[in-house]
Amino acid sequence: MSISLRLNNRTVKLDVPPDVPLLWAIREAAGLTGTKYGCGIAQCGACTVLLEGEPIRSCVTPVNSVAGKLVTTIEGASGVTARAVQRAWEKLDVVQCGYCQSGQIMSAIALLEQKPRPTDLDIDDAMNGNICRCGTYVRIRAAIHEAARIKEGQTHAER
Amino acid sequence: MRSDSKIASASRRRFLATGAAATAGLVVGFYAPKSDGFFATMLAVNRDSVFSPNAFLRVAPDNTVTVVSKHAEGGQGAYTGLATIIAEELDADWSQVRVEAAPADRDLYKNLQFGSQGTGGSNSIANSYEQYRRAGATARAMLVAAAADRWRVPSGEITVEKGLLRHAASRRQASFGKLAQAAASVPVPAQVTLKDPKNFKLIGAEHLPRLDSRTKTTGKAVFAIDVSVPDMAIALVARPPFFGATVKTFDASKTKAVPGVLDAVQISTGVAVVAKSFPAAQRGRDALRIEWDESKAEHRGTPELWAEYRRLLEQPGSVARRDGDCAQALARATRTVSATFEFPYLAHATMEPLSAVVRLSANQCDIWTGDWDVSGVQDDAARITDLTTQQVHIHTLYGGGSFGRRGSGASEVVEVAKAIGGRFPVKLFWTREDDVRGDAYRPMYLHKLDAGLDEQGNLIAWQHRIVGQSVLGGDPNWIINGIDITSVAGASNIPYYIPNILVDLHSPVLGVPIEKWRSVGNSHNAFAVETFLDDVAHAAGRDPYQFRRALLMKDPRDKPMQLVAPDRMKPGLFAKFPRDRRVLELVGEKSGWGTSLPPRKGRGLAVHYSFRTSVAQVAEVTVGSDGGVKVDRVVCAVDCGVAINPDVIRAQMEGGVAFGLSAILYGAITLKNGKVEQSNFDDYRVLRMNEMPRVEVHIVGSDEPPTGIGESVVPPIGPAVSNAIFAATGKRVRTLPLYPNIQAGEVQ
Repeated sequence: MSISLRLNNRTVKLDVPPDVPLLWAIREAAGLTGTKYGCGIAQCGACTVLLEGEPIRSCVTPVNSVAGKLVTTIEGASGVTARAVQRAWEKLDVVQCGYCQSGQIMSAIALLEQKPRPTDLDIDDAMNGNICRCGTYVRIRAAIHEAARIKEGQTHAER
Repeated sequence: MRSDSKIASASRRRFLATGAAATAGLVVGFYAPKSDGFFATMLAVNRDSVFSPNAFLRVAPDNTVTVVSKHAEGGQGAYTGLATIIAEELDADWSQVRVEAAPADRDLYKNLQFGSQGTGGSNSIANSYEQYRRAGATARAMLVAAAADRWRVPSGEITVEKGLLRHAASRRQASFGKLAQAAASVPVPAQVTLKDPKNFKLIGAEHLPRLDSRTKTTGKAVFAIDVSVPDMAIALVARPPFFGATVKTFDASKTKAVPGVLDAVQISTGVAVVAKSFPAAQRGRDALRIEWDESKAEHRGTPELWAEYRRLLEQPGSVARRDGDCAQALARATRTVSATFEFPYLAHATMEPLSAVVRLSANQCDIWTGDWDVSGVQDDAARITDLTTQQVHIHTLYGGGSFGRRGSGASEVVEVAKAIGGRFPVKLFWTREDDVRGDAYRPMYLHKLDAGLDEQGNLIAWQHRIVGQSVLGGDPNWIINGIDITSVAGASNIPYYIPNILVDLHSPVLGVPIEKWRSVGNSHNAFAVETFLDDVAHAAGRDPYQFRRALLMKDPRDKPMQLVAPDRMKPGLFAKFPRDRRVLELVGEKSGWGTSLPPRKGRGLAVHYSFRTSVAQVAEVTVGSDGGVKVDRVVCAVDCGVAINPDVIRAQMEGGVAFGLSAILYGAITLKNGKVEQSNFDDYRVLRMNEMPRVEVHIVGSDEPPTGIGESVVPPIGPAVSNAIFAATGKRVRTLPLYPNIQAGEVQ
């Protein structure tokens, strides 16, 4: 049986059982491997994607529960906020092994969409579900603040 | 310039090669057949195709410089570091530099400290520094010779800067790419001059962008778990519930009825279920019925193993270090201090669990992996498949963290590929539960320390007994007089000048699998030594900083010493005097040591030398009324010789603080009747964003050859935090992890 969803703004039909976690539908059926497996129980955040703009853990989300909805993965991250986050990540060289970073970036995009000028406490709340074993937390925090500045600058420039 | 393609994999390059016209260019490599013949035999390899891999760098007509990394990239920055070294001597522009993983070729790409191709021991930069500098300098000399020939000018009048060769008098210039083909036919110079470090431009630059940043920021970086080859199946392995158990019989009838399951086969470590997808493999594995042979299994739990350790702790062990007469000095001491420390098993918990893909045919085995032991993977695969090592092709990919975990080989997946007769390629990976329950762990260790002070409060005796499994096992290259050098690293070579020292070791053989874990023995020895030294300073009524500094005024080697270690390790066992004191003084100055702090806050210090690098840290903590510990700030000083990429060093230091804090605050793998009690990140907790302290890093300027970083950054944070908690509360936890003991009041 197949499930239809809007993956990165394109309607796709995935030939998967309905209760398969979205993560595996994305990685194995759609072939998008930027979204990672880390724990399978919504503890690490490596599988974070956006469902209609909200961050969710795709490893515990049955694919049929998102049928017809808009799912955004790192491959589809676009727009002012996403570009600002990715630029900040590069500018500060946040990554080390990089495995968790797709999930970190998706969580950061969602945070900045909600709160354009997040405080450190906002960052703690939004990012606590994303584990990084390399310990890039110092730079993730700095990059989120930097992305907020970049985005603000661009918004002004566009006016 | 877009840099999405800055990192190409060897395999991808081959695919491209079939479609693109072979382009001429310069390829430079050195052939060093024996490790002792380092540069004695130097053979440059010129190929007329840029796709030829056996070299350290290529300059292509499109003006790209591709550095071939003999070391794996698992986050530690090896790709960027090795590329920096070549780009420096080549005078390349950083924007033209790419990097790719070397294929398996142990003659060309061996680790000069290991003798085989592999990454580890924090020596990627250290063992490659001279080699990669020469590769870059040789390529530069050949490009200059090509330009001189073309322009008919003396080569001495040609300058090179940011990828451009210039002849000022005739106002001619050319890019590397324009001269690549001509340079390929220039005779290889027998000798090249390396730069004076004073003239370095890229090495030591405050922030040279990482070459892997963009690909890892856009989700494009490929890890082994992401690899897909046509017709590939997914395999999961059902491993035994007890370490050491084996398959007696198994029934896969229900498994094979699961839609998508292709096969179930027995391998040496258990039963592998092969399926069309991960969910199908998981369901198929759940449906297996396996009867295990437990006759050789380890059924003891952690309490029983501690009992065995405690029994050994009362007996003298194999002596790792004996200076003077410790027993006599303790007997005449006016004051003695004693303490015991317990360290649990620790999992590596890399974010990417172990994964590898194998495609096997009658005469070739292709392996896609992030494993760090390339020669080991190749040898194992050749043995299992009855192929030659040359028939085993390794495609090294990014590793999603390593920390000592990624030297485990790919035997399981090769066995699966063989068991299914190579009918289809197989990707095998471990679920998080497989990983936490089936890791090879940092061993448990039990330490007992005794110190003696004389009337003036001088430390005159230091006795340290260590009990714990040997990660090097029975390897005769490393075990001398019963001493596994890694078990006593950071303990038998403490940096302090103490007249009488005795360090001994018990290495019980248990059934629990163990492995090196980021910083190996230093991970527990630094904690025991540096917290106990604080206790001794406290007993002597001295400030911990001043007490340490006084013990670092003399070179610790400046007296008769009996220290058991392999000869080849002896030169690096102690820091060049007075490096350790220098990092201590720097961190003391930068942290504001000695200034007052509000109530419930404390400052703690630790110094540790490992992987030939000296690190000192001061941690500031706040202890809540509930006993909860918040680490607010960590100030670090490091001396690692020439700092190739200062920003990578800072990043490693930040990460090392997080990794060390995870372990000392929460890390513990425990066994109940032989079964691991933890299974995932919910019960094997690691540090999260809200617990991360601010980290400040100060790097000591140096012209000395570069030394380790990746592991050296881990050991000091634990004792620095423990000492800060002691400063804030007067409480000391000696049974790790700190939680829940610190809140349960289990303190000494």
